[in-house]
Amino acid sequence: MAVLGAGPAGAAAAIEAAELGLRVTALDEQLAAGGQVYRIAPGIASKHADPDRAEGDRLRSMLAAANVDCYFGHRVWHVERLGDVWHLHSLGPDGPRTTRANALIVATGAQERHVPFAGWDRPGVIGLAAATILLKAQRVLPGRNVVVAGAGPLLLVVAKAIIDGGGRVAAIVDANPRSAWFAHATDLLSRPDLVARGVGWARKLKSAGVPMLQGHILRAVDGDAPSLRAIAVSVDRDGSPRPNASAIELACDAVCCGFGLMPATDVTRLAGASHAFDPARGGWHVIVDADQRCDVPRLYAAGDGAGIAGAAAAPLQGRIAALAAARDLGRTDANSRSVEIAQRAQLRAARFGKAMTQLANVGDGAIASIPTDVVVCQCERLSRAALDRAIDDGCTTINDLKANTRCGMGPCGGRLCEETAARLIAVRTRRTRAEVGQATGRPPLRPVDLDALAGDFDYDALPMPAPSPL
Amino acid sequence: MSGADLRIGGSVERGASVSFSFDGRQVEAFSAETVAAALWASGIQGWPADESYGPPARALFCAMGVCQQCAVWIDGVRVEACRTPVRDKLDVRSHP
Repeated sequence: MAVLGAGPAGAAAAIEAAELGLRVTALDEQLAAGGQVYRIAPGIASKHADPDRAEGDRLRSMLAAANVDCYFGHRVWHVERLGDVWHLHSLGPDGPRTTRANALIVATGAQERHVPFAGWDRPGVIGLAAATILLKAQRVLPGRNVVVAGAGPLLLVVAKAIIDGGGRVAAIVDANPRSAWFAHATDLLSRPDLVARGVGWARKLKSAGVPMLQGHILRAVDGDAPSLRAIAVSVDRDGSPRPNASAIELACDAVCCGFGLMPATDVTRLAGASHAFDPARGGWHVIVDADQRCDVPRLYAAGDGAGIAGAAAAPLQGRIAALAAARDLGRTDANSRSVEIAQRAQLRAARFGKAMTQLANVGDGAIASIPTDVVVCQCERLSRAALDRAIDDGCTTINDLKANTRCGMGPCGGRLCEETAARLIAVRTRRTRAEVGQATGRPPLRPVDLDALAGDFDYDALPMPAPSPL
Repeated sequence: MSGADLRIGGSVERGASVSFSFDGRQVEAFSAETVAAALWASGIQGWPADESYGPPARALFCAMGVCQQCAVWIDGVRVEACRTPVRDKLDVRSHP
């Protein structure tokens, strides 16, 4: 079995499968297991107690003790099924590698959702997820006076970590009105421990005097780092700027922004599995059954990639996937009773994750009001106006828009812009986000160095036929 | 380190002190850091983009190997600064 991704879901899947006696290979592009939620930089450690660090260390030591072949620093650039065998092509520190497996568990996690604003391509502006990595793994501040903007739980996580690290938060700009938190109270209270942690953080931010602009979004960031100016506007529940509302200017040296997480579906799209759209699960996600099986034989998905459900549900889904794969591979001793218990626990854990996911969702008004000169696709430097023109010319799906404008065809592969571009189509043509679809998955999954892939291949060693006489 | 240092103080292990060069400028860092974090901590948040490559050039945006904006050149190979650990005397360049 191969497990792609060694975060909480993938690590649990690999450990379970190894215990069931399967030969397991796990690959991850990071240098250590833990995913983004428990990410560390090997060699950097703070002496402060941190519950996430402890949980991540526990996961890493369990994985290290399990009989799993781990390949870290390996970037998988292609996944294909040849006959009945999955082939995972990766590039790691020691060169290229192909992993062959009878079953594949995809646990590739999530990526951040962004809503473009003027200046979101300026140095000094980073994602909220990037800020958590910088703060927690690298122990570096994003800035000394930071605007934290967007929606969802990462706003509090990042703001609190900046204060703890000795920085100042110029303001938290939260797209949600205060009441949004109450709308999901029932599901949030399925994890009273985490709610209590969040309330504690909010209190700490209040006592630190951090301005909370609720029901606001960023409209622009200008200036040159580290002298930036962020401009926030008041928005309604749908994210539309309120008419006549005055803009609020915030001086800062860095901006951290993001609107929650979306499942990373690039691998499962490439593998040919079916996907569905559900805003409560972060948008497009691969369809799995109660055993985490996809609709492609011997393909399984676990963790946030199968629909955002959070770090508590992820290891349970990983275990369920491993048990299912073991049964499918003929290990009938994989205990069905333990599957049922894990499935119930998983559903409970996922409730909290789903509530958090919905708190990070942003209304159509925020998309419809993106100014026409704002760059949407940063790699190809396409403004909203350029995309609008193509949409008015008849692009109704994200694949249409890609083919006609090159939107999403730069080095990031559309991971920064595809969601915004698709929503622009939906808003402008009055289609649903589901109708606009997903981009077709294609290799390479990430840019890879061709020289490194070719290894010591020597072109001069190619057998060349003698030139034919003229 | 300089006044621009954004590293969080207190008792943090970061590995050995190292120094590398970025476009000829000397950057002080610690061996366990990524090139991206070391640049950021030293106040280098971006540099002129390579128009033929595409995206803006920033030390950080996603920090997890997605956005490709921290692409730099080391030994003639384009790498992501956010996935590359610092080494002493590394010669990092913003352009090939």
